[in-house]
Amino acid sequence: MILPAPHTNAIAVEVEGLTVRHGFTLAVDNVSFAARSGRVTAIVGPNGAGKTSTIEVCEGFSRATSGSVRVLGLDPQKQRAQLNKRIGVMLQDGGIYPTARVGELIRHYCTLFGNQRLHTELLNLVGLNHVVNTTYRRLSGGEKQRLSLALALANNPDVIFLDEPTSGIDVHGRDLIRSIIQQLRDRGCCVIIATHELDEAERFADDIIVFHQSKIVASGTLDDLRANHEEIRFRTSLSIDIASLARHLGFEVRMVDRERYIVDGTSNPEVIVALTGWAKDHGMSIVDVAAGSRRLDDVFRQLTGGDQQ
Amino acid sequence: MKLLRAQLGSELRVLLRNGEQLLLIVGIPVLLLTFFSAVDLLPTGDVASVDFLLPGIIALAVMSTAMVSLGIATGFERSYNVLKRLGATPLGIPRLILAKALSVVVIEIGQLVLLVGVAISLGASTSSLNVATTLTAVVLGTLVFSGIGLTLAGRLRGEVNLAAQNGLYLVLLLLGGILFPLAELPGALQTMARVLPSGALADILRESLTGAGVSAGSSWAILLVWAVIAQISAARFFRWS
Repeated sequence: MILPAPHTNAIAVEVEGLTVRHGFTLAVDNVSFAARSGRVTAIVGPNGAGKTSTIEVCEGFSRATSGSVRVLGLDPQKQRAQLNKRIGVMLQDGGIYPTARVGELIRHYCTLFGNQRLHTELLNLVGLNHVVNTTYRRLSGGEKQRLSLALALANNPDVIFLDEPTSGIDVHGRDLIRSIIQQLRDRGCCVIIATHELDEAERFADDIIVFHQSKIVASGTLDDLRANHEEIRFRTSLSIDIASLARHLGFEVRMVDRERYIVDGTSNPEVIVALTGWAKDHGMSIVDVAAGSRRLDDVFRQLTGGDQQ
Repeated sequence: MKLLRAQLGSELRVLLRNGEQLLLIVGIPVLLLTFFSAVDLLPTGDVASVDFLLPGIIALAVMSTAMVSLGIATGFERSYNVLKRLGATPLGIPRLILAKALSVVVIEIGQLVLLVGVAISLGASTSSLNVATTLTAVVLGTLVFSGIGLTLAGRLRGEVNLAAQNGLYLVLLLLGGILFPLAELPGALQTMARVLPSGALADILRESLTGAGVSAGSSWAILLVWAVIAQISAARFFRWS
């Protein structure tokens, strides 16, 4: 299963000026990015932002209205047969017939890819040994996702596209899928994940591409995206005069909810000292102080002007 | 060849595991043949009920497998994105279509053997049986009904497709000269029924099995025209996802 993939860190997926229209709807608007082997690239954004449309062009399921896409140097439309042997695809909604049984389905896909011997290994990898004879419709949400992932791995892919892989599954299922994604990255596979769950992307992505309203609004490593997005979060025992505190600290202060505040743009310990001093002078206490980089969802909110739709 | 065999096996497994499909392709034809052969209800004149029924029931079986069963299964596969998912494997569209066609042929062979066996056990006469003509008619009928089934499956949502296929099945059953001779229908309905593919197939099969077809020549022409229209329509309107 864990075969070394060649050219780790080489560009595996290259998208240039991609535009996709579905009828009169502009699904993807002139986006460009590259994803590399041995790295996990997360395409994040709210539902309808253009993530799945972009991935489907890369997988060869739909055509670009304009622009170009190369996956492992191949054209997903013109060289689809060659590409299918080398890419793994996990659809957002399974693509599995409800009466198909787990074991025979994995065996069938392994046969289609000429990897019959991988069957048992895949069953073990995704932890579905106990439901080999169960039909798809009787599986839990997490088991369905794991089965779908197993099918995407049946050809030992060099590039794998995972559309919402952890959506709607429990903690253990998420842990297992995260661990498989780590293994894929470690063996040099280019892993591309489309997800609207920003905290998931934050956990396992090396590179993040942020989609909003059909466009890429930011891209880079998590550190790149968080650069200049430092903050201090704190809670107070009483409501505070935000304007007065902001003047005192020299940074913008905003209220998150009742008695919870954020000092934007810094995580400097000297500012924390100034903050506690100001609170003492005003007869209140500061609790739950946390300083550091912002979470990805906060960065996303700022990039998109707070508009998640 | 290996991929085709694997996909054919998968198609047959899914089909045979589906109780509704089994009822449709085996249960209903055998039940109709047995019941109306045993109970003297049909206006078949001097012809034994089982001799009248067998050709129509074979036509019904072809319709059940090639149109309704294939159409409903494919429609749901499209809705569930099964076809799309298979599109990301080395299987390819031609092998997928061939596997589906072969699964229909395998089922139809089984249906023919079963129905003829049941009919013989009920006293049917097979002295006029023309095997080559019967098989040619079944192949042509399969082309017609699979074309219709896939056209509906390729355009309609899974549940709507299910209702449409079943509704059409009922219309073609009642107006197909399957349970009673077309001559028993009122004038206008009779004229319409004569150009339907189910009636044409039943008529050809009646001629090839018992030599009692009404107008086998024109029935061949009608079936051929339907085959061309249905296949072109399926090729034109079928969508994979």
